[in-house]
Amino acid sequence: MLQIAEKTFNSRLLLGSGKFASSQLMQQAVKASNCQLVTLAIKRLELNKPQDDLLTPLRNMDIQLLPNTSGAKTAREAIFAAELAREALQTNWLKLEIHPDPRYLMPDPIETLQAAEQLVKLGFVVLPYCSADPVLCKRLEQAGCAAVMPLGAAIGSNQGLQTRAMLEIIIEQAQVPVIIDAGLGAPSHAAAAMELGAAAVLVNTAIASSPDPVEMAAAFADTVRAGRRAYLAGLVSTAQQAVGSSPLTDFLAEL
Amino acid sequence: MKKAMSFSEHWQPQHWQSLQLQSRNFSVSQVHSALTRDRLTLTDLQALLSPAALLLLPQIATKAQQLTRQRFGYTVQFFAPLYLSNLCANECSYCGFSMSQQVKRRTLNLAEIEQECLAIKALGIDQVLLVTGEHERKVGIEYFCRVLPVIRRHFSSIQLEVQPLTTAEYQQLKTLGVDAVMLYQETYNATAYQQYHLKGKKSDISWRLDAPDRVGQAGIDKIGLGILLGLTDWRTDAILLAQHLMYLQKQYWQSRFSLSVPRIRPCSGGSNVAYPISDQELIQLICAFRLFAPELEISLSTRESALFRQHVIPLAITSISAGSKTQPGGYSVDPDNLEQFSIDDTRSPKQVATALTHQGLQPVWKDWDSFLGR
Repeated sequence: MLQIAEKTFNSRLLLGSGKFASSQLMQQAVKASNCQLVTLAIKRLELNKPQDDLLTPLRNMDIQLLPNTSGAKTAREAIFAAELAREALQTNWLKLEIHPDPRYLMPDPIETLQAAEQLVKLGFVVLPYCSADPVLCKRLEQAGCAAVMPLGAAIGSNQGLQTRAMLEIIIEQAQVPVIIDAGLGAPSHAAAAMELGAAAVLVNTAIASSPDPVEMAAAFADTVRAGRRAYLAGLVSTAQQAVGSSPLTDFLAEL
Repeated sequence: MKKAMSFSEHWQPQHWQSLQLQSRNFSVSQVHSALTRDRLTLTDLQALLSPAALLLLPQIATKAQQLTRQRFGYTVQFFAPLYLSNLCANECSYCGFSMSQQVKRRTLNLAEIEQECLAIKALGIDQVLLVTGEHERKVGIEYFCRVLPVIRRHFSSIQLEVQPLTTAEYQQLKTLGVDAVMLYQETYNATAYQQYHLKGKKSDISWRLDAPDRVGQAGIDKIGLGILLGLTDWRTDAILLAQHLMYLQKQYWQSRFSLSVPRIRPCSGGSNVAYPISDQELIQLICAFRLFAPELEISLSTRESALFRQHVIPLAITSISAGSKTQPGGYSVDPDNLEQFSIDDTRSPKQVATALTHQGLQPVWKDWDSFLGR
């Protein structure tokens, strides 16, 4: 079971709700993945309308909504978005993302830390998207974040675990769940992240941009489970040379 | 703080000729190799824009579509233009709003703007592009400051397409809710620019060239670049626009960029197109830019036909106008007045949205909010 703040989840796969061809497809993908945490952009919501294409279908599902602050370039904008989401969606859960760079959408470590400190004080359950920086992750943890969400690669790049060496350090040191966010382009990438010991992964582009998002969502669910089981079972270490299962030097003991 | 820079210091108008000569000198194999790269150089872009690339257009379009889906998903943003005024102090030989044109001039007052906003909202539109002619004295910063608070209340995102302003004026507009500024250079060919822009402030090419710098310095979220296709050699103009984009991306790393590539349309001035660009070439241009800059927003207006838009939007377009009226008051106040240019795709936003949905694309009506970017 994945525990974040006071809640537990059976699924270790989080989904993004953007980029889908229709909200029906998005819903079907969420169902097929069995995921229980879905993030949605606050800037996309039409809160003054009774029916919102994005929100209404998600509200009818048995999931925890995780509003995100995408679009925010500063701590101030992110905090404003958070307050708006808390009031409109009746949840204090928040995926904090501040990316001032619209080209690669790299998270701003300084603004993110400042926003996280304030949002925790304001009573939010904060899950910050951040660079794969071990010190930053510890600082976010100390600030009271409920999890940290370091990137595997640039958002939407589908490049997999480009930051693997740093993620290993982050996971080793973390006292809150580490959720690998961004860059996971294939189910095998998600499996690799889970094998490293990540508590969960968040996927959007690889599922939403797939020609068959529903099937792809199910495939991710499978590999996230497999990766987690492998992590718990204990991976054998890799070796540079072949190691026979009956070592050739066994006879030495008999001499 | 770094010293403020501007593009005109980098721009070398005398290079036009050599760039134009280069633009046709590419082989199919150079196009092939540009197609295989993940990060394209300007030379790769030149290859993709060259006549040789037309032979590989299906492959270029396929890759463009892949990159568009990866970056933007299966979504298309909707907006509509709101023409506030057709007063203009410029003389541009291709434009129906030019000073010397005998058209009925009108600048909307607050009550009329309110009425137009409601009419646009009734179409389902939530993102608006404010357009004016260029009349500094009558439709300048003072007018914008007066009308923006009224418009702000109705829309989640406001883009501006007016005369180039000063940095301080852009800063002021940012606080009033301007999220994006479109500054179409029309052409980067200095000689042609002078020939088309005969009178008024627009004839000062540097003032226009450096305007995106001023928007970037003011910290406005999005900067729109564009060339008017038909004025001169489009391949060379496209390369210079790409250079401009590269310069701006480095200089203003927090800004988003969008591209528009309108073709000259028949207008009440009745201009002939000196350098026409074919449908096929326009697709080539759009797709080449997608490969060159996967994160670039590209919009396509109702100047293009419904049929053309239907085929090109799924390839590389991220934002479209629909139901557009190109004269002040066109939605509700004064629908019979002369328009700036005649639009071709006359379908309503709902009709366009339905057609896109059938093509597997999701219309996005709102993707921004008033708490962002100011």
